[in-house]
Amino acid sequence: MAREIGEAGDAKSSTIKKHKRKKTKKESKTRIVHANILYDHAKGGDNPNRHYANNKIKTTKYTLLSFIPKNLFEQFHRFANVYFVFIALLNFVPVVNAFQPELALAPVVFILSVTAIKDLWEDYRRHRSDKEINHLDCLVYSRSERCYVEQYWKEVRVGDFIRLRCNEILPADVLLLSSSDPDRLCHIETATLDGETNLKQRQVVRSFIDLDAEFDPLKYNSVIECEKPNNDLNRFRGYIIHRNGRRDGLYKDNLLLRGCTIRNTEEAVGIVIYAGHETKAMLNNNGPRYKRSKLERQMNVDVFWCVIILLVMCLFSAIGHGLWMYQYGDKRPVFDVLSPEGTDLSPVVSAIYLFLTMIIVFQVLIPISLFVSIEIVKICQVFFIHQDMELYDEETDSHLQCRALNITEDLGQMQYIFSDKTGTLTENKMVFRRCTVAGVEYSHDANARRLAMYQEVDSEEEECLSHGGTLPRRESLCSQHSGKVVLRSQSTKSHRRTGSRAEAKRASILSKHTAFSSPMEKDITPDPQLLDKVNDCGSQMEFMRFHSQLLNQIPPDLCDVFDFFIALTICNTVVVSSPNQPRQKVSITLQKKLRQKRFRTRNVMKSSKKYLDGCKDSSSLTTNRSSSQRACSSMLSSPSAESTLTKLNEEHFPGQGLQQAFSPVPPNYDQAKASAPDKCELRYEAESPDEAALVYAARAYKCSLVGRLPDQVTVELPHLGKLTFELLHTLGFDSTRKRMSVVVRHPLTEQITVYTKGADSVIMDLVRPPSGNELGKRQRKILFKTQNYLNLYAADGLRTLCIAKKVLSKEEYAGWLRCHLEAETAIQGREELLFESALRLETDLHLLGATGIEDRLQDGVPETIAALRRAGLQIWVLTGDKQETAINIAYACKLLDPEEEIITLNAESQVQPKLFILPFLVHRLGLVIDGRTLAYALDKSLEDKFLAVARSCRSVLCCRSTPLQKSMVVKLVRNKLKVMTLAIGDGANDVSMIQVADVGVGISGQEGMQAVMASDFALPRFQYLQKLLLVHGHWCYSRLANMILYFFYKNAMFVALIFWYQFYCGFSGSAMIDQWYLIFFNLMFSAFPQLITGTLDKDVSAETLQELPQLYMSGQNSEEYKPYMFWMNMIDAFYQSLICFFIPYFAYADSNVDLFTWGTPITTLALFTILLHLGIETKTWTWMNWTSIAFSIVLFFMVALCYNASCPTCYSPSNPYWTMERLLGDPLFYLMCIITPIAALLPRYALLHLTVLRTLTIVFMYESVCKYSFWHP
Amino acid sequence: MGKVRADAGPFARRPDNSAFKQQRLPAWSPSLTPYTVLPVFYFLALVCVLLGVWLLITVQNTHQLKIDYTDAGACATCAEMRNDPTKAKMNCDCVINFNVPKTFQGDVFIYYGLINFHQNLRRYIKSRDDDQLVGRKNSLKSPSSYCEPFAYDENAVPIAPCGAVANSMFNDSFTLTYHPPAGAAVNVPLYRKGITWYTDKNVKFRNPSTNTTLQQAFQGTAQPPFWQKPVYELDLDHPNNNGFINDDLIVWMREAAFPNFKKLYGILNRAHTTFSYGLPEGNYSIAINYNFPVQYFQGRKEVVLSTVSWFGGQNHFLPIAYLVSGGLIFIVAIVLTAVYVKVGRSGKNMEE
Repeated sequence: MAREIGEAGDAKSSTIKKHKRKKTKKESKTRIVHANILYDHAKGGDNPNRHYANNKIKTTKYTLLSFIPKNLFEQFHRFANVYFVFIALLNFVPVVNAFQPELALAPVVFILSVTAIKDLWEDYRRHRSDKEINHLDCLVYSRSERCYVEQYWKEVRVGDFIRLRCNEILPADVLLLSSSDPDRLCHIETATLDGETNLKQRQVVRSFIDLDAEFDPLKYNSVIECEKPNNDLNRFRGYIIHRNGRRDGLYKDNLLLRGCTIRNTEEAVGIVIYAGHETKAMLNNNGPRYKRSKLERQMNVDVFWCVIILLVMCLFSAIGHGLWMYQYGDKRPVFDVLSPEGTDLSPVVSAIYLFLTMIIVFQVLIPISLFVSIEIVKICQVFFIHQDMELYDEETDSHLQCRALNITEDLGQMQYIFSDKTGTLTENKMVFRRCTVAGVEYSHDANARRLAMYQEVDSEEEECLSHGGTLPRRESLCSQHSGKVVLRSQSTKSHRRTGSRAEAKRASILSKHTAFSSPMEKDITPDPQLLDKVNDCGSQMEFMRFHSQLLNQIPPDLCDVFDFFIALTICNTVVVSSPNQPRQKVSITLQKKLRQKRFRTRNVMKSSKKYLDGCKDSSSLTTNRSSSQRACSSMLSSPSAESTLTKLNEEHFPGQGLQQAFSPVPPNYDQAKASAPDKCELRYEAESPDEAALVYAARAYKCSLVGRLPDQVTVELPHLGKLTFELLHTLGFDSTRKRMSVVVRHPLTEQITVYTKGADSVIMDLVRPPSGNELGKRQRKILFKTQNYLNLYAADGLRTLCIAKKVLSKEEYAGWLRCHLEAETAIQGREELLFESALRLETDLHLLGATGIEDRLQDGVPETIAALRRAGLQIWVLTGDKQETAINIAYACKLLDPEEEIITLNAESQVQPKLFILPFLVHRLGLVIDGRTLAYALDKSLEDKFLAVARSCRSVLCCRSTPLQKSMVVKLVRNKLKVMTLAIGDGANDVSMIQVADVGVGISGQEGMQAVMASDFALPRFQYLQKLLLVHGHWCYSRLANMILYFFYKNAMFVALIFWYQFYCGFSGSAMIDQWYLIFFNLMFSAFPQLITGTLDKDVSAETLQELPQLYMSGQNSEEYKPYMFWMNMIDAFYQSLICFFIPYFAYADSNVDLFTWGTPITTLALFTILLHLGIETKTWTWMNWTSIAFSIVLFFMVALCYNASCPTCYSPSNPYWTMERLLGDPLFYLMCIITPIAALLPRYALLHLTVLRTLTIVFMYESVCKYSFWHP
Repeated sequence: MGKVRADAGPFARRPDNSAFKQQRLPAWSPSLTPYTVLPVFYFLALVCVLLGVWLLITVQNTHQLKIDYTDAGACATCAEMRNDPTKAKMNCDCVINFNVPKTFQGDVFIYYGLINFHQNLRRYIKSRDDDQLVGRKNSLKSPSSYCEPFAYDENAVPIAPCGAVANSMFNDSFTLTYHPPAGAAVNVPLYRKGITWYTDKNVKFRNPSTNTTLQQAFQGTAQPPFWQKPVYELDLDHPNNNGFINDDLIVWMREAAFPNFKKLYGILNRAHTTFSYGLPEGNYSIAINYNFPVQYFQGRKEVVLSTVSWFGGQNHFLPIAYLVSGGLIFIVAIVLTAVYVKVGRSGKNMEE
């Protein structure tokens, strides 16, 4: 499916347009969908859905008829093609024509047809994949047979009812009407859409929630009115209008998208809303990205110079011809042929004609095959990068993907790397390390030992050469990334990740469906002290519950411990599943009870529905969570919030007794454990790894999350058994607030409680200890202690999160709820209002504790960074993390060096950054800047100073930066310093940075696919960046740069031969090289060797490139292709052409040689010279190089011999009959073949040796010392 | 939706470990060390010099004599006559005497040379019809448009052979006479046939097929405007050397590459006892039927007598080119050696 989506891309637009045009007449703003079965008898005629696109997809661009015109039209969008066609057509004008017109068309036709065939083949593949997809089966309700029958996907129409079973792929965008799930939910996996592997919940449309019987399509008679098709995956709005006039809102939670997979749900029924090309998945397809590489930009400048040279040469010839004509005056010599009409041409007119002729003759200077060749070479390069074993990750079974096909060579020219930290440098495998609760630190030493063990196994297996640095106070981190050999040979590579890592791998393969669940993350060893406290707390609570005592008699620190773990367990969006049946939701006995409860809640909803139905405004379009909806409706339907709440209370817990809230399971801890229906381990699926880590941590303390529904969370606690929290609101995480909250009704205390989890910087500011009293004093103390521990954690490189809670009185809640509901129902600015609403709630918090989560560095990160650094790359780390954590990670991955002086910029206002003006004399500097200061630094007035400072620093670390700031930094550096930038990241917050940079690299890690989707290259691991840049980047760049230079040389050299001849033929535009050779020389005779060299040549071996990262600098400084090199090549080309021209000239001067008998040797000599030149440039000769060169020469002679022997009259006006045959019997020909290439290439060859020696490039020294033992063979 | 691989195991996407795909094809990299490069340089230099010397010796054994007769001696009047359009059609003969200082041994080739005659102009080259020249009847009657403006004469009669190349054919003729120190003058016998490429005479140029005379085959065509006689009367002595297969025509139709060129006129017939060893030294005279005007384009005409070596006529360039190249390579080799020695020392120092 993913493939389909990928390929569907470009083709659909036209079809869509067509459909759209048709539709604009029929419908204005919305789409109205009726059930098809009502119209079955009418067979289309009056079916109101007939205008909508059906589900047949056609991603092909062309039909049989439209192929030729359409493809040609597309190809002529490329300027070069137009130019070449223009020149070919110019040949049809008799006055200026130079070649046989039909022949001149040949290369253009050849190039166009090669591209056309390629397009045709791609289109055919799309056609086949379309066909395959269109013929998938699905169950569609048939009125005539009164049951669901199998139909092909392509036969599905808008308005059809579809039955979907577990693990089926959705054929179209379907509105969920029924689900076998007791909660009327349907789980889908959206991996093919956004790559996120966690499950998403979808709900049955509200009107159909209450159906207890199976959904019967025949009874359906509602009409759906919804948005027109659009590509926003996260938005869907509409109404469903029932026959009785009732309207219900439809939200994105009701829509199942094409391409997703149904999970955890046995059966679901829905009605098709959007089909085929109008589905959101199809509308979201964007074709591959096109960027223009630096090299290509540089090349285009030189192509421009070639045009200038061409024009100069043509102009020179034209003037020369005019003068030549002029010198004869009125008396025309016999050999000066008049125009065909017999009229005299004035010198000026013939000069003008000649100018055009010369453009045709010299056209080869602008190489027609250059663009094609570059494309071919790039495709091959991409192929080889794809195939590299060392860029393949066994753990995830993924390899590098090149998503942008035409900027491979940019990889060899990078100067700045902007890296994200989390998930890029680190594994994004969050492991709970330690925590502090109520001011007491639990160091979790056993846990630390466990983690260290994982690491040891790793390092034992991976032979350890150097131990990473000596950093005091950072033992824990140092032990984690003991050094590894930077380079591993192929053989050791396969055994590399064994031991614990291998186990983890196996585990991850087994549990492929569940993210974030390697044993390392799951098996947390609890701290005994804390465990005691938890048990203690649990038993006390149990005791009190039985004695109906108030809970607040528990000592506050125990209470905090309890709340702390409750918060860890429920303050998240983790979904629970069971591993035995992957993706099957746990169905526990609890379910029954929940059903009862649900029934009650539903009553409330029903009562409130009336109000909502009456309320016709668009508030019903908002995408409320069901819990808040319910609250909303009850709230709105009753006169005061207070009474609603009490009513709710009553309905839920009529007896007010605590025991009601507990499960019927006997409240004995051990027994509860034994009788737990899910003996098997539960599996957690979280949106972010820290959430999972915290839930797993809580589970280690026997506080496990056992079930999550949209409106309630079930938690199993020691001694207390299962507790069900009613989930009133979830205020999701966002990067501005940097926290998330849940609002629940506490089952034990019956209080409305807010649990907040977030970055310490924000939470600590929000904590307000009550002033004065004992409690406040304690709080302040806790606050102080916690802050200390937080600093300690950060110093250890842990990610810190603070946990806080807040108890709301009913009045407070009601007051907030009112505002919140307004915000939720608001049409405009809903997001802002919700944000403000969240801000209002999250104040005056009570700090519970803090956690330290460890995010382990990825394999080989320090080594990679060191290597990249030695390669002259500036590495900046841009992270959203807090400063201390970031600095520590930076130390750990050797970005910062302990010897470095670190400048920390933390400005409070714009005035402060005077620092920027400080003279920096220390030679090793690291710059650390936080988000707030960055905002000032990115200001127009300061950005230059900021850059000046940043440039003088060895490393730059930006902490607490927002996604926007990240992209601004990249943009600033890229634009101001005029450098090549690479951004690498893995998460959605890196997308903007990835898009701004010259090359964006996505880590296909655990945080979804947004970064990968936006990237040009997707890597499985950060350390692969080393090989990608240092080896492949270098190769791609040097190969392509050399090939382009060679191309320019080759064409200039060839064309110059003809130019010199103009001095001997009165600048009349005649060529001694036969038209066939002239036209096919580039296309056939000299094309293959350079393609092979451009694809396979290795100027330096992969091993050397990795061992000596300094070699990468040649690409950074564009040393392979500097502007002067173009001119050097041009000069060399002119020199070589002079030799190739004048040796035959003098050898045959004053003889009876005829034009082609003289011109054919020149062609041959030019071919030999050009191939030998390539040979000099080729650094490694594989059998393919030999073959291609031999093939070129053989091909030339074969073609020449056949051509010269075939027909004495066919190739008018030129007639080289039997020339080559005769030449092969001429000793002079062979004598010239020996001397000319030698003389032509002597300077280049000699100079090559001299430069190699004089500059003593590192490569040469290295290779000669190591391999050839320079002076002692 | 591509094909699902059969082996969709955990490592389904692992790339093949083949030398080609991993870019580890066995390869030879030319090593740029003095021990591999310098011998090549010295060897090349030696080869070039030796070849050059050998070629030079060979060339020294060839002879060549050029006689410019454009306005030399008696021909001056003829030249003036050709300059005057009114007397263009008048016949003019002149005789020029010359001396062969040394015996031309072996085969002697007699060429006519033209200076400053551009047979290689683009429009000129194209101005011919190869179809006509292989004797196609259709092309005879309707020449190709390439021949314009020499495709039809003013009466719209097709010209045969059409085009500017044929029209401008060289039409001087020579008679070479040897004046031995003793005895009567001997006419130097020349082969005037067999001076073309075999393939030209037999493949590229054919007369229109006919059962009757050649003249009838060419019926309905006009002679080129500058010609004095029709194509079927080019060689009155040899009836089968007429029409398109006339050797002089074929030689002329092979367009020269440079504005200064020579074309073969005849080969010494060594059957005659006097000339069996070649052209003996002594006095000669050459009688010229002076027709071809060259004054309009500042051209010159000459007669060239030459013997040839195994690699062509008397041309000193190639041996010299070899010698010079050999010398240059040698110089470069010495420079490189010097640099290597110097760098090598410093390299050693660096190592130490």
